Amino acid sequence: MKHNFILSGLLLALTLGACKTNNEAGSAANGQSTLDMVAEGAPEVAEVTGAPKVPAPIGDRGPKKLIVNLETTEITGEIADGKQYTFWTFNNTVPGSFIRVREGDEVELHLKNAANSVLPHNIDLHAVTGPGGGAEATSAVPGKEAVFTFKALNPGLFVYHCAAPPVPMHIGNGMYGLILVEPAGGLKKVDHEYYIMQGEFYTKAKTDSLLEFDNDKAVAESPDYVLFNGKKGSLLGKNMIEAKVGETVRIFIGVGGPNLTSSFHVIGEIFDNVYLEGGSTVSHNVQTTMIPSGGAAIVEFKVDYPGEYVIVDHSLSRAFNKGAIGKLKVTGDKNAKVFNHGTFAK
Amino acid sequence: MPKYLTTALSQNRTDIMNQSFLVYFLLFSSIMFTSCDRQEVKQMPVGNTENVAAITSNTKMVKIPGGKYKPFYGSDTSMTTVTSFLIDVNPVTNGEFLEFVKTHPEWQRSNIKRLYADSNYLKDWISDTALPKDIKADAPVCNVSWYAAKAFAKAVGKRLPTLDEWEFVAMADETTDNARSKKSYSDHIIDQYLIKNRQFNQVRQSKANYWGVYNMFDLVWEWTDDFNSVLMTLESRGGDYSDNNLFCAGGATSATDILNYAAFMRFSMRAGLKANYTVANLGFRCAINMDSSALGFNK
Repeated sequence: MKHNFILSGLLLALTLGACKTNNEAGSAANGQSTLDMVAEGAPEVAEVTGAPKVPAPIGDRGPKKLIVNLETTEITGEIADGKQYTFWTFNNTVPGSFIRVREGDEVELHLKNAANSVLPHNIDLHAVTGPGGGAEATSAVPGKEAVFTFKALNPGLFVYHCAAPPVPMHIGNGMYGLILVEPAGGLKKVDHEYYIMQGEFYTKAKTDSLLEFDNDKAVAESPDYVLFNGKKGSLLGKNMIEAKVGETVRIFIGVGGPNLTSSFHVIGEIFDNVYLEGGSTVSHNVQTTMIPSGGAAIVEFKVDYPGEYVIVDHSLSRAFNKGAIGKLKVTGDKNAKVFNHGTFAK
Repeated sequence: MPKYLTTALSQNRTDIMNQSFLVYFLLFSSIMFTSCDRQEVKQMPVGNTENVAAITSNTKMVKIPGGKYKPFYGSDTSMTTVTSFLIDVNPVTNGEFLEFVKTHPEWQRSNIKRLYADSNYLKDWISDTALPKDIKADAPVCNVSWYAAKAFAKAVGKRLPTLDEWEFVAMADETTDNARSKKSYSDHIIDQYLIKNRQFNQVRQSKANYWGVYNMFDLVWEWTDDFNSVLMTLESRGGDYSDNNLFCAGGATSATDILNYAAFMRFSMRAGLKANYTVANLGFRCAINMDSSALGFNK
């Protein structure tokens, strides 16, 4: 895949003459190769966060050495309507902890598999250049820790997931998350940043109140639940994400799958900027952005009018029947020029 | 996508090879290294050699008549021959292992060398020679390394089953010797694999399979003598584990062949192991050659 991408990039460069693909082998403004960037200082433990929170922006710092700690667990939690589900997680949350680094950073990733796990787990980060995205190097049986080190060569928003067999089951149980590799200088400052991941769940009843993974439904790609952040209502009620009129919002949205894509849409908003597929190409004035399974996007918009804005997968049966629904609550003053219920305001 | 299939099969095995050799030199001072070649099941030395005092295992064994079977990994056409052998009807229990360490103090928790077991070795025991009250003597022993499992087997005049032998027995369900094509059976294995803390249950409480063997799936993962032979085989091809082999197995996974999911899980577990690892839900059972007269089993 990567080869094809590079090849396409080269062809494009040849065709268009001056075009240099921004995402290849370093994108620093001064033209320095990312590979040559020196990660300074002693290793620091990176802040990681559960959704919908994200760690602090990298700002204008240079490349560093970071230690990222993740623990794989198999835990029971509520999935929807009082039903429990046995989730498999990174750091006890679905999605797993958000990891935020800078291009040129060197990351020492520690993957510990909880002692009471029944299965081996590992991690494949799409931000990693190298065999298996780290999966081969991080295979950890219950109670063991595996470590590998990588250099973040390409800026962008990337999915990570467990790649232990059977992979669809590990992902289907919630083993995915996002890692953001910020470009040198960081992303532009915004007022709010949120972390959302969509994933679908294929279930059968184990007991009256406990659901578990149903492989037949997974193979048929016929989920019972399509959810944001691993739980129905995770972005509703008191869990709504928030902003005030006039503020800017950035959503890091990823899709874990294991199978479905997302037609990501916020009802009543237009994305001012979309980093398509989480890469470096920015599109503007987008209504709905397509996010592949195992892919991500960054969407940004300014909120101009108060209200509750519904976040959906615009494959709408998933939103209205299977749970892929959340809300952004915008508070502040109404501006009749933007929107008015009735005739032209006087 | 093939990378996902290979993910669990990637750890560097050189260290294990080295450690294995070291142990053979140091402990048993004889070299009879297990062949990586799945075409033949080589015999391991059984019975008593120097430094290993004999103890008696009361665990019943049953005869598994040999035959050909299709390994989970390998080309579609390669059938592997498994010669007849005897296997324990249940995993080795805490009680049995306790007797072993009482007579073999070098395998007690405070005496064992780190080379042969990591720091979690028998970690739930209250002392070198005592089980805690809440651990059943007839539940399978866990938190034992491959080295410790081998030493136990040697002490009772047995050996660990080979991966092929284990998988050969694992093909059976309650009524047939090869249930791989039955979906219900496959689903059943997966269901059992996902149950937490099942290693604390007593042996032989569930139904035996066609051969009269209990607890192949419902209590613990089990060591095999050559638990990483697939990897070694791959490595012996110059590290060119190009997915071909694995992709074959991967290609065999389909909606109707869910057993491969269970097998994937087992191989993935084995691939993550090193010989000195001890894991909370990993135990073992023993086997013996048909021609062994060490304990005079009925054949």
